[in-house]
Amino acid sequence: MIQTRRKKLSEWVQQLYFVGPALFFFVLIVLIPFVMGMYYSFTNWNGVSNEVTWVGLDNFIKIFTDDANFANAFGFTVKFTVTAVLLTNAVGFGLALLLTRQIRTRNALRTIFFLPNVIGGLLLGFIWQFIFTKGFSAVGEATGIGFFNLPWLGDAQTGFWGIVIVSVWQGAGYLMVIYIAGLINIPNELIEAADIDGANFLQKLKNIIVPLIMPAVTVCLFLTISNSFKVFDVVYSLTRGGPYKSTEPVTMDIYFEAFTNNRMGLGAAKALIFFLVVATITLIQVVITKRKEVQA
Amino acid sequence: MGAARGYTLRTLVIEIAAILLALLFLVPFYFVLVNSVKSFADLLMNSAGLPKEFVWTNYPKVWNVINYPKAFLNSLIVTVFANLGIAVFSSMAAYRLVRHPNKINNLIFGLFVAAMVIPFQSIMIPLVKVANVAGLLNSLPGLIICYFGFGISLAAFLFHGFVKAIPLEIEEAAIVDGASPYGVFWRIVFPLLKPMTVTIILLNSLWIWNDFLLPSLVIPDASLRTIPLATSAFFAQYTKQWDLALAGLVLGVTPIVIFFLFMQRHIIEGITAGSVKG
Repeated sequence: MIQTRRKKLSEWVQQLYFVGPALFFFVLIVLIPFVMGMYYSFTNWNGVSNEVTWVGLDNFIKIFTDDANFANAFGFTVKFTVTAVLLTNAVGFGLALLLTRQIRTRNALRTIFFLPNVIGGLLLGFIWQFIFTKGFSAVGEATGIGFFNLPWLGDAQTGFWGIVIVSVWQGAGYLMVIYIAGLINIPNELIEAADIDGANFLQKLKNIIVPLIMPAVTVCLFLTISNSFKVFDVVYSLTRGGPYKSTEPVTMDIYFEAFTNNRMGLGAAKALIFFLVVATITLIQVVITKRKEVQA
Repeated sequence: MGAARGYTLRTLVIEIAAILLALLFLVPFYFVLVNSVKSFADLLMNSAGLPKEFVWTNYPKVWNVINYPKAFLNSLIVTVFANLGIAVFSSMAAYRLVRHPNKINNLIFGLFVAAMVIPFQSIMIPLVKVANVAGLLNSLPGLIICYFGFGISLAAFLFHGFVKAIPLEIEEAAIVDGASPYGVFWRIVFPLLKPMTVTIILLNSLWIWNDFLLPSLVIPDASLRTIPLATSAFFAQYTKQWDLALAGLVLGVTPIVIFFLFMQRHIIEGITAGSVKG
C-alpha cells in the first residue's frame, strides 16, 4: 500500500520535473497569449486602458466590410506568397540539380548559395535597399539596361518585385539543401534505366525525379508557404510597406493596427483571421503533397 | 545521378554556369563591402566601382554610435541562454512524453505539434500584455524566457522523434545497475541525443540571433538592444547616410557569417535531418 503510494508520488515528481518546465514556458508564452488573443478579438481594447468592452463580432464585420487596408494587405500577401513560393522553389530546385552534377566546385558553391540565408531578414532588407536605390542605378548608368533604371522601390510594382527578389535570394539556398538531400537518394539504376530507354531530361524529371522527391517538395512547400505568409522583417527594412501601403503584408497591417493605431482589439481580430488562413492553407498543402509521395 | 560518366565538356559548361550564378549571388555583398570603405561623395558618384581611396573611419564611427560591443554581447547572451534552456527543457519533456505515453502526455505532445502552425504575428499583441504582467518586459532574462516558449514546441517535436529510436534495453540495463530515473536521463539518454541537440542549437541560433520583431516588442531600452535592434535604430537615425550605414551592416552581418562558415557542415546536415523528420 505505502509502496504503491510512494511509487505514485515518485511518478508525479518525475512528471513535474521532466515536463513541467517545458510546459510552463509553453503555456505562458504561447498558449495563454493565443487564448487571450481570441478573447481580445471580440473586444475594443486599446492596449493602454484597463477598460475592455465586449463588442461581439463588430471587429470582424468591420474587417470584412469596411477595412481597405486589410483587404489590400491580404491581396498583397497572397500575390507575394504565390510568386515567392513558385520562384524560390524553382530556383532552389534548379540549384540542387546543378550541384548534384559532378562539378568540382560543388561544396564551395553550396556554401555561397546558402550564405544569404544565415543573415536575418532585417539586415538583408537594408542591404538590398542600398542595392536597389544606389547599386542598380549605377549599373543602369554604366550599361544602359532599362531594368536597372526602373524606379526601384519607388512604386508598387518595383516594390513588390524588390521584396520578391530579396526573398528568393534569401530562401533558395535553404530549399536547395533539402532538394539536394532528396536528389541524392534517387537510386542511380532508375536514372540509368531511363537513359537506356532513351528518356530525355524532361521525361526523367517528370516521371522519376519529381515523384521520388515529393517528401522534399512537401517540406519545401510548407516552409515557403508559411514563411511567405509571415513575411515581415524584409518588408520592414526594405519598403516599410510603402509607397502608400502598396507593399504592406498582413503581418505589418496587424503590427501597425496594434502598436501604432493602438486598436488592439481590431488587431487581434485580424491576427485571428491570419492564423486561421495560414493554418488551413499549410494543412491542406501538407495533406495534398503527402498523398503524392511514393516509394522508390 | 550520372555518377558513372566522368568530367565531360557538358559538365564543364555546367560548372562555369554554376560559378557565374554563384558570383551573381555574391554581388550584393560586393556592393556593401566596397561602399562601406568609401567617402560619402565617392559613394554617391561611383557606387559600383572600387573606392578611389579607402576610408576606414566609417567603421570606428559606427562602432561607437551603435555601441557595437554592447549589442554584440546582448545578442550573445540571449542566443546562448535561450539555446541552453530550449535544448534542456525540450529534451527532458520529449523523453518523458515518449516513455510515458498516457492521455495527458499525448495531449501535451499534440499541443506542441499544433502550436507549430501558429504564426508569431498572430499572438504578438497579447504576448506583450502577458510579458508585461509577468515582468518580462525590458530585460534580457525576460526575452530569453520568451524564446523558451517559442522554441520549445519544435525542439520537443524533433527530440521526440529521436528518443523513440533509442532502444529501451539501454535504459533498462542502467536501472538494473541502480540508476535513478533522473540518472538514466542525464547520464544515458541526454548524451545519446547529442546529434539532435547540435542540430537544434544551430538552427535556433540562426533564428534567435537574427530575430527582430520579438525583441523589438519586448525590449524598448536602448542599452539592452541586440544587433538587429541596434541596426534598425541606427538606420532610423542616419537615413540615407550610406557610408556609415553600410559599415554598420558589415558589422551586423559579420558574426553570423563567421559562425556559419565554421559550422556550415553541421548546419547543412542539420537542415537535412530536420526536414526529413519534419
